[in-house]
Amino acid sequence: MSVVLGTLRPSSASKRARHLRDSRREPLLVGWILTAIAVTFLVVFLVLPLATVFHQALGRGFAAYIKALMELDALAAIRLTLVVSVIAVASNLAFGVIAAWAITKFEFPGKSALITLIDLPFSVSPVISGLVFVLLFGAQGFFGAWLQAHDIQILFALPGLVLATTLVTFPFVARELIPLMQEQGTQDEEVAISLGASGLQTFFRVTLPNVKWALLYGVLLCNARAMGEFGAVSVVSGHVRGETNTMPLYVEILYNEYKFMAAFAVASLLALLALVTLVAKIVLEQRATSE
Amino acid sequence: MRIGIRNITKRFGAFTALAGVNLEIVTGELVALLGPSGSGKTTLLRIIAGLDWPDEGQVFLDGQDASERSVRQRQVGFVFQHYALFRHMTVFENVAFGLRVNRRATRLGEEEIRRRVETLLDLVQLKWLANRYPSSLSGGQRQRIALARALAIEPRVLLLDEPFGALDAKVRKELRRWLRNLHEDIHVTSVFVTHDQEEALEVADRVVVMNEGRIEQIGTPKDIYDSPATRFVHEFIGETVMVPVSVENSTIVYKGIETDLGAQGLKNGPANLFARPYEIEVVAPNDAVITGKITRVHGLGPARRAEVVLGNNNIVEIDIPRLRELQEGQTVGLTPHRYRLFAAGG
Repeated sequence: MSVVLGTLRPSSASKRARHLRDSRREPLLVGWILTAIAVTFLVVFLVLPLATVFHQALGRGFAAYIKALMELDALAAIRLTLVVSVIAVASNLAFGVIAAWAITKFEFPGKSALITLIDLPFSVSPVISGLVFVLLFGAQGFFGAWLQAHDIQILFALPGLVLATTLVTFPFVARELIPLMQEQGTQDEEVAISLGASGLQTFFRVTLPNVKWALLYGVLLCNARAMGEFGAVSVVSGHVRGETNTMPLYVEILYNEYKFMAAFAVASLLALLALVTLVAKIVLEQRATSE
Repeated sequence: MRIGIRNITKRFGAFTALAGVNLEIVTGELVALLGPSGSGKTTLLRIIAGLDWPDEGQVFLDGQDASERSVRQRQVGFVFQHYALFRHMTVFENVAFGLRVNRRATRLGEEEIRRRVETLLDLVQLKWLANRYPSSLSGGQRQRIALARALAIEPRVLLLDEPFGALDAKVRKELRRWLRNLHEDIHVTSVFVTHDQEEALEVADRVVVMNEGRIEQIGTPKDIYDSPATRFVHEFIGETVMVPVSVENSTIVYKGIETDLGAQGLKNGPANLFARPYEIEVVAPNDAVITGKITRVHGLGPARRAEVVLGNNNIVEIDIPRLRELQEGQTVGLTPHRYRLFAAGG
């Protein structure tokens, strides 16, 4: 009798356990179907296009790929893209930090209006963002006559590209910082000041280290968007080959001229940037949560 | 440092946080600001620190008007309820912060900073945590580090905002005894805010009881407990038995019957008699004017209690001697041998 009980009990318990476990799971079939849909979606919309870019770019061999990138116009486009995004990211880094600092650490009238304004570039089509500058600085624009009189070139030149890119990527840094800084409050700053730190010391020793991962993350996203921006830049660029073409614009021109291989070669650089950004993002998120 | 607070008023929009507060704190004292939430105690502490500015009135530090001096210049050590340790710095660097940012001519060398920080960590008995980050510390340890950090700049006054509020009961008790001992060692003028009466009465030299932006009473813990100045203080601190009475010709009248209890100088009119549960003696119904029926006797050991219903549905709790035989349902008389009287509605 005792032997029977001894064997019966564990087995019925484990049966019950298995039953419990099963009841909390979806039926196998549903699980498979959902997974298949998700994977198919990912492959069709993300992996396949990405693979196509690299396949097309390397379609005529690695030497041809390098040669396409070494074209003078290609190099000019790469250089211009780097210059534009460095300036745009730097100014948005400064602006984003200042705006987030002001919004989260101080009370002032018009605060909520400023928060809404920061989001504006997200909700406006990039083409509009570009057009705004044409309306302001174009020959018929608001400042057009004055600019012409003083021989200052904004549209169809580097300043216009920088302005358009900066406007479009305006929210990235501030948007990353504001929620985090709001959550952290002002207590750390109050402690620092009471311990004798100046405003700048407080900012560089306390505020900035507290948000460094979010800041890097915002800069990363801002940079990715700045390099990839097409719409706004297209409006103000003027498409002067070797002078005002950024990488995305250059890709379009090559494509329209049926130089597919070269187009994809330049596009592959942008795709690579996306991949690097993705990896950096994962690393940053891990560092941020581990702290 | 001596602290003088003169006529401080502070409003946040329509809310008056402080309404004309006056207070003197002498050098070396440990003072508690005690009151319910919204009583203005934290606002007062922040104004002393220079973290908030009064709408009216002045703060004097050692006799000098501090209105023009920012929090940086006041040399105050401020400790927050939630510690506010710098999360990206080690314990050592947290404590060293005030020494490193000091831009006065007296900025110390690395060796001297190390020595000072180690002395402070010794003082809070946490030297072994020097290289850890705040996230790996317990609440009690964090609060002691926050205290060491505040002490590093050799503050002339130490201000603590609900310093034990975020800790569990046992750690809280240990830490407040530790704070009391620490104060006896270093004797820096200290002001701490609390809503916990036990904490204030146990730790402080003097207690300032606040309510609705005003000071209700200032006194030693014994004064506050034994001789509450107002009805609010009596009810806020300790347990209270309240009996509505009236005053006629310098004696207390209960339900129309004159007692032999004096009116303590109160004018004629409705009043309330306040006493502690242990200040009332249970006697035979015929020997007292105040009578009631016992509804419940509870408690074991020394703290035995009787719940007594007075005629007007007012239930009071009275301490009773261990061996006194009392039955539920029995009518008894109540004689306060110590009591305070406050005018009703005041």
